[in-house]
Amino acid sequence: MAKTFKKPEALSDQPTHYCPGCTHGIIHRLVAEVIDELGIRGRTVGIAPVGCAVLAYNYFTFDFQEAAHGRAPAMATGIKRVRPDLIVFTYQGDGDLASIGMGEIIHAANRGEKFTTIFVNNTVYGMTGGQMAPTTLQGQRTTTSPAGRNVEEVGMPVKIAELISALETPAYVTRQTVLKPKYVVRAKKAIKKAFQYQVEGRCFSLVEIVSTCPTNWGLTPVEAIKWVEDNMLPYFKLGEYKTPDEVEED
Amino acid sequence: MGKILMKGNEAIGEAAIRAGCLNYFAYPITPQSEVAEYLSRRMPEVGGVFLQGESEIAVGNMLFGAAGCGARVFTTSSSPGISLMSEAISYISSAQCPVVFVNIVRGGPGLGGILPSQADYFQATKGGGHGDYRLLVMAPASVQEAVEMVMKAFPLAEKYRNPVMILGDGLIGQMMEPIEFPEHLRTEPSNKDDWATNGMDTRNSSKPNLVKSLFLNAELLEEHNVVLKAKYDRMKQEEVRYESYNVDTDYQALIVSFGTMSRVCRTVIDNLKAQGFETAMIRPQTLFPFPEAPIKKAASKESCQVVLSIELNMGQMVEDVDRSVQGKCPVHCYGKAGGDVPTPEEVIDVIKSFF
Repeated sequence: MAKTFKKPEALSDQPTHYCPGCTHGIIHRLVAEVIDELGIRGRTVGIAPVGCAVLAYNYFTFDFQEAAHGRAPAMATGIKRVRPDLIVFTYQGDGDLASIGMGEIIHAANRGEKFTTIFVNNTVYGMTGGQMAPTTLQGQRTTTSPAGRNVEEVGMPVKIAELISALETPAYVTRQTVLKPKYVVRAKKAIKKAFQYQVEGRCFSLVEIVSTCPTNWGLTPVEAIKWVEDNMLPYFKLGEYKTPDEVEED
Repeated sequence: MGKILMKGNEAIGEAAIRAGCLNYFAYPITPQSEVAEYLSRRMPEVGGVFLQGESEIAVGNMLFGAAGCGARVFTTSSSPGISLMSEAISYISSAQCPVVFVNIVRGGPGLGGILPSQADYFQATKGGGHGDYRLLVMAPASVQEAVEMVMKAFPLAEKYRNPVMILGDGLIGQMMEPIEFPEHLRTEPSNKDDWATNGMDTRNSSKPNLVKSLFLNAELLEEHNVVLKAKYDRMKQEEVRYESYNVDTDYQALIVSFGTMSRVCRTVIDNLKAQGFETAMIRPQTLFPFPEAPIKKAASKESCQVVLSIELNMGQMVEDVDRSVQGKCPVHCYGKAGGDVPTPEEVIDVIKSFF
């Protein structure tokens, strides 16, 4: 009997270390499916961040480099400049990209570096135990904001998709989520566009994915999904923030 | 090709191209910005890559990415910039990527000044970043030697899969001298298919390559550090370079000095000889690995009564000199850190004060 649904070639057989209810697994799979569909596995280089996805290279079957905290966009720049024929993407969380690596992402985006960034936003530093991140919501309790994020002290949560799309150069900026099947379908479409644009030699693209962290939020996987819908999606609005002028939107 | 007159910084940029390195990432900082200015013009001419990064932090990690995917790559900077690159240098060392760094040292600490200095000796030789790593460090004393060291640095970095640092100073960068680019020092980048992330198609392989520095398992991290140490030990066996001056005499004082400062010391030795007083010098050309044995041997000479480490800092290399001499002779240091290079007369007064 023919298989109608199988594991993408770009995904390895290794079980992931991600917590139950974490969305990294879904996002990894979408990236792998897109790489398979575009037939680019043999010329793709992924950049793993510091954070929960630092071991992402164990779960894919193509070349990978592991960056210093926040520096993935600089590392991707180095690769793409010397080997423009390679397909390069960074896979970064909110602490990595929006805090320590804010300088690197802004400048790589503004130079129009021809790589793709998958930005997984779950409002906390997952790997180190749920500390406050630049994207932590107003009033949200974390291990370093036990009384809730006080915006008088640390400002409002950073909206990365809006920030990057304010730059003139980037080609494609979008915010998606993978909470439900309909969102997964849309997110995959967005990820595919982002890689497709790179294959076509277009400028920088970023796909922000609003995600969960049940472990550090102290919620069950199901509660975490509801929490994202009730709290994150009203603030981090889904949608296309910047698209290449030449491309017709469907 | 005959000799041409060239400024140190421009000669360093040209030397890298002549060595076969066509990828350069950098951030402007005095006193080495001329390298970036020169290469912003030259790299497009030779089909190379020139990119001015947004900071030395970013540049260090651009180098990491580029070297990780197999490209021959280098940067130039000066002291505060090298501090910022030290994060990447630690990662690059651990991930075993070949990168060439040129530090045209300025005075420190902090912003310090823009005049010549050797105050980054510790940073270069003992590891400016975190963790147990070493760089292969070479110190030129002329623009010609800077050219040759830059050209030799690339095959050395690839031989050891380790960063190599050229430790110059503001004078080497800013001075114009007649130079020649030795054609025989041009080398082809080595084959990196067994480790670099150059794309599986590029190397006709179905096995992914991984460039990383994380080892969560204690045994694996131990093993990794043992591999690194074996490389540093091999450098100590195979890469020590130094120059001796006037060591065939019955010298009463032995000078150890490198780079720009060693040129003044040569004049000192000549002038003292004319006065009938013999001194000699060991000039380390590699600072790591350090010429320990030659210094010990020279300090052990019967006639030698004092060993002087003369440096453009408040006394850094003297610790390695002392370690090398192993009590065979008293070791002292004379140094200036403000940016004024001591005159021969000053050094002569210092030497005479011991007799």
